[in-house]
Amino acid sequence: MTNISSSDWTYRTPKHRLFLWLGWFALVALFVWCWRIMSQDTIWAFVWDAPAQALDIGSRMTPPEWGYLPELMKPLWDTLNIATLGTIGGVLIAIPVAFLAARNTTPSATILRPIALFIIVTSRSINSLIWALLLVAIIGPGLLAGIIAIALRSIGFVGKLLYEAIEETDPRQIEAITATGAAPTQVLTYGIVPQIMPALWSISVFRWDINIRESAILGLVGAGGLGLKMNASLAILAWDQVLVILILILATVVVSEWVSAQVRKAII
Amino acid sequence: MSSYPTTWRRPPQIIPDRRLRIAVQIAALVYLVLAVGSVEVNWMRVSEGLERGQRFVMGFLQPDFTSRWGDISQGLIESLTMTLTSTVVGVLISIPIGIGASRNIVPRPVYLFCRAVIAISRSLQELIVAIFLVAMFGFGPFAGFLTLSFATIGFIGKLLADEIEEVDETQVEAIRSTGASWFQMLNYAVQPQIMPRLIGLSLYRLDINFRESAVIGIVGAGGIGATLNTAIDRYEYDSAGAILLIIIAIVMVAEYSSSYLRKFLQ
Repeated sequence: MTNISSSDWTYRTPKHRLFLWLGWFALVALFVWCWRIMSQDTIWAFVWDAPAQALDIGSRMTPPEWGYLPELMKPLWDTLNIATLGTIGGVLIAIPVAFLAARNTTPSATILRPIALFIIVTSRSINSLIWALLLVAIIGPGLLAGIIAIALRSIGFVGKLLYEAIEETDPRQIEAITATGAAPTQVLTYGIVPQIMPALWSISVFRWDINIRESAILGLVGAGGLGLKMNASLAILAWDQVLVILILILATVVVSEWVSAQVRKAII
Repeated sequence: MSSYPTTWRRPPQIIPDRRLRIAVQIAALVYLVLAVGSVEVNWMRVSEGLERGQRFVMGFLQPDFTSRWGDISQGLIESLTMTLTSTVVGVLISIPIGIGASRNIVPRPVYLFCRAVIAISRSLQELIVAIFLVAMFGFGPFAGFLTLSFATIGFIGKLLADEIEEVDETQVEAIRSTGASWFQMLNYAVQPQIMPRLIGLSLYRLDINFRESAVIGIVGAGGIGATLNTAIDRYEYDSAGAILLIIIAIVMVAEYSSSYLRKFLQ
């Protein structure tokens, strides 16, 4: 009788294991190297001091100064407006961009599609805060800079999800419309638009929800809303006012998340 | 001969009641008018700014990589090292938290505690966390590293926990019926099922952390964002354009290589 239990069964071959081990080793080495570069300028005295600092800030923050709340209602209204108007603007621009970027609706795959994709990638890779930073420098501080920043950032998000939805439409319905002798615009309105309408609504509401979070902090660079108040309170080290603002932002985010979940449930 | 209608309109789907629909439409219109009305725009300032905007577009088209290259490369190195270290540390911490937040394999108190940690991490904005950590730990990439690690915990923890809750229970039961301990069950039944997803999520988070590292520099947490902020404050739009182009290029490379790697690993 042959002894089959002489060696344990293993999932991987020795070569495979060595390869895997080298991979993990390389990752650890890279991590250590990066850590050394990153922390070479760190002042460790400040790091060890951090718990004391945290306690200090914590004691200054509590109790929150609720008397500050009425003053925050106008910035809250501004924040909601930045998010809503920015979303509307972004969606309006994103719709044509998405139709140019989708493979089945683009008028020219060689010229216009790469341009549309480049617009989407550019808008997606730059955070709305950086857009706001630029726009505040260009058109001055205020709500308009915030609205445009939110709109510019939303184009990429909505455009990408929408053009994927357009590419996933059912070709049979489009063929049926084409077979009736419909013009290209009629194919668009009767074949494609009804199919992507639910996706468009749910993407827009989802983005609106994200935009509420982002518009709350855009004021830190001067683009209006709650962030502006927070910047002012931080500048005078009024941590108890900062805490009130933070609680208000958190409450707004929770409410907007609930609204967007309800609306998306109603659509789908 | 009876006459049939020649046109057809699809009845409205979401709000079937006509009066309610009109009320909602009017409310939306009133809100829009009020909202647009409350936006105060200083058109003088905007028209003055357009010239600057033109200069920025020119700077974007003719970026100046050389004159501030020392600062840019310093910021980039900080951003990249911060991204990698924070992703590694964040993922390492989020693995136990993600396991603890899966309803199907841990007792209820542990589950509630870990879900609470995840909820806190997810609901606080990176930038707000960065403000506090900069106040506590001083300026520089270390505060940024902590911010990104903290944000990573919520992101990976939640998605990992959702993944573990959806593992194939029959495999878990099979391993359990051999008399395996809790850790052996985790190692042989759960880990092989979630590993591809965990690697994919980590790569995705690496990508997000780089983008975020470009932002948190604005409040003093180091990285390329600090350099960008300085460049814009000094109206050096050609250097700012160069930084933005570098960020876009790195994000694109990261996105393509991470999607390629994820395909390769699966």
